Formats: sequence, structure tokens, C-alpha cells
Amino acid sequence: MSDFVEIWSYLSRGPLLWLTATLAAYAIGDACFRAAGRRPYVNPVLIAVAILALLLQASGTAYSTYFEGAQFVHFLLGPATVCLALPLWDNLPRVRKAALPLLAALLAGSATAIVSALAIARAMGVTGETLASLAPKSTTAPVAIGISQAIGGSPTLTAVMVILTGITGAVVATPLLNTLRITDWRARGFATGVAAHGIGTARAFQVHPTAGAFAGLGMGLNAVLTALIAPILLRLFL
Amino acid sequence: MIHALLAILACQLIGEAASHALALPLPGPVLGMILMILALQFLPRVAEVVRPVAQGILGHLSLLFVPAGVGVVGHFAAFGGQGLALGLAIVGSTVAAIAVGALSFVAVAKLTGNRDE
Repeated sequence: MSDFVEIWSYLSRGPLLWLTATLAAYAIGDACFRAAGRRPYVNPVLIAVAILALLLQASGTAYSTYFEGAQFVHFLLGPATVCLALPLWDNLPRVRKAALPLLAALLAGSATAIVSALAIARAMGVTGETLASLAPKSTTAPVAIGISQAIGGSPTLTAVMVILTGITGAVVATPLLNTLRITDWRARGFATGVAAHGIGTARAFQVHPTAGAFAGLGMGLNAVLTALIAPILLRLFL
Repeated sequence: MIHALLAILACQLIGEAASHALALPLPGPVLGMILMILALQFLPRVAEVVRPVAQGILGHLSLLFVPAGVGVVGHFAAFGGQGLALGLAIVGSTVAAIAVGALSFVAVAKLTGNRDE
């Protein structure tokens, strides 16, 4: 037993253990997703997060220790955002052609995300700092946190709500858009990227390359728009 | 692969530097994405260099959100007694935003006779 404790304490000090665990948990989540016929409610991110949260809890590991290993995966979010330029560039003629529908969907989707979130929360008694933290939750995390700080929200609370929004979007987008009988991949992807940033974009890429390219565009444009309109819209609810 | 990574990281690095130096509301990686599009416009050859790596990273985009997702689990307590209200606000607004966004796109596309080929 003491051998095990020794090996554990050696491994748990380095980043290798939790980096491997992150990839393994995601591989399991992805296998479940494929085994379930790529159904949206079997979300690989959600499964991997649940597995890892249980492992951390069971082994008494602090998040900071976990993150020493996981940071290598987390770091790739930045380069991945840069890489979204490629599918977007491939689709640039289609994007130009669809400028008016894109503009309409951006304005309507972005404003709906902010106003409906604030209206529901306000009606249920949420006020002040918590309400401000909620306003930018449809944008990509670094932008949302910056906006949240600027309008008097809590960065931590915003980060949590950003992730939950993304997972919600990834899970509901396909059944919702099927129910609405929307077959245009540009519309489906773009609306998902505007409402559910990178996690919604990841889901869109799983469904169709056109949806993925337009989702990346939606995420980027909504980061700009939310920074401009969230402070104004929040004032209506304070 | 080295050249692809160099191009991607250089775009992000310039983006990060510009975002901080000019106090722009956009984060470095988003500026990096804009830079990369400009690079592709002026030098289409860059696409063939970057494509294999970009496809590799974007093919598993979901994986990259796992560490942040695990971090979120420890912070549910921050919701306090407002978990239900915030949960409903998140789910309700996300459903509404996707529906309104997609329907607006389709409606305006129809009005302007815009069809995807």
C-alpha cells in the first residue's frame, strides 16, 4: 500500500497525471457520444467534466493541482480561436453574400440573449452584481469576463454562467432547430455561435462544416456586439 | 507543422499584444483570428500550410473546454440561493436566442431572395 501512496504522491506532483486524465475523460465522453449515435444530449464535454469532477472529489485533489496538468489543453483555446479564421476564409464569398441575413440574426440573437436572460432573472428576484454577471454570458469567456468587470459583475460568476450557457446551447440547438424546421446550415450554425459561443461552435462543427464556419463567425461578431450593447441593456433592469 | 504553429501563435501573440497595448474590448485570440483572415486574403498560400494543424485542433474543439468546465463545478456555491433563477435564465435565454437568431436569418434571407447554393 505504501508503494501506491509513494507513486501517487510522485505522480500527483507533476502535470502528466491530470493531463492524461483530461484526455482519457474526454475520450470516454466522445466514445459515449458516438455510441449514442451522436445525439446532442450525450455531450462529450459534460461527460468529461462529470468524470473529472468526481475523480478530483474522490482523490481530494485541488483544482489548482488539476489545472497544472490541464493547462496544456486549456492553452489551446487561444490558437483554436485563431484557427477559426480558416473555415471562415473558406466561406468568405458565402458570408459576403449573406451579409443582410447575418446582420439581422446577429442583432436579434444577441439582444434576445441579453434581454431575455436579464428579464427572467429579474422577475425571479435576481439583482445587482449577480444580474450584471449574467448579462454577457453568451459571449466567449475572456470577452464576457472583461464586460462583466466593466459593468460591475463578478468574473467568477460570469465564467460559470458562460460555460453553462455554452453547454446548454450545444445540447438544445439541434432538437430546437429541427422543431423550428430550419434547414439552412448557415442560419443554424450562426445562431448557435451567437447564443452559445465556442462550445456551441464546437457542437456545430460536429454537425456540419458549414454550420461550424458560420458558428465561429457568430461567436466572433457577438463578442464585439455584446461589449457594445450589454452595458446599455443592463441599465433597463437595474 | 512548425510553420503552421508559428503562423497561428504569431497571430495570437500580435493579437494579445495589440489587445493589451490599445486596451481594446476584444481579446487577443479574436484579434488573432482577424489577423489570420487578413493573412489568408493577402497570401492564400498560408491556407495550405495552416490547414492540417487547424483541422486537427478544430476537430476536437470540445476537448479544449473541459478544464474550464471542471473549474466551474467548484463554483456552483457562488449561485447561493439563486441557482434556480439563474438556471432558468440561462436555459430560457439560450433557447430564445438560438430560435430568434435562426428565424431572423431565414426571414431576412427570404425577404432579400438570398439562397445558399
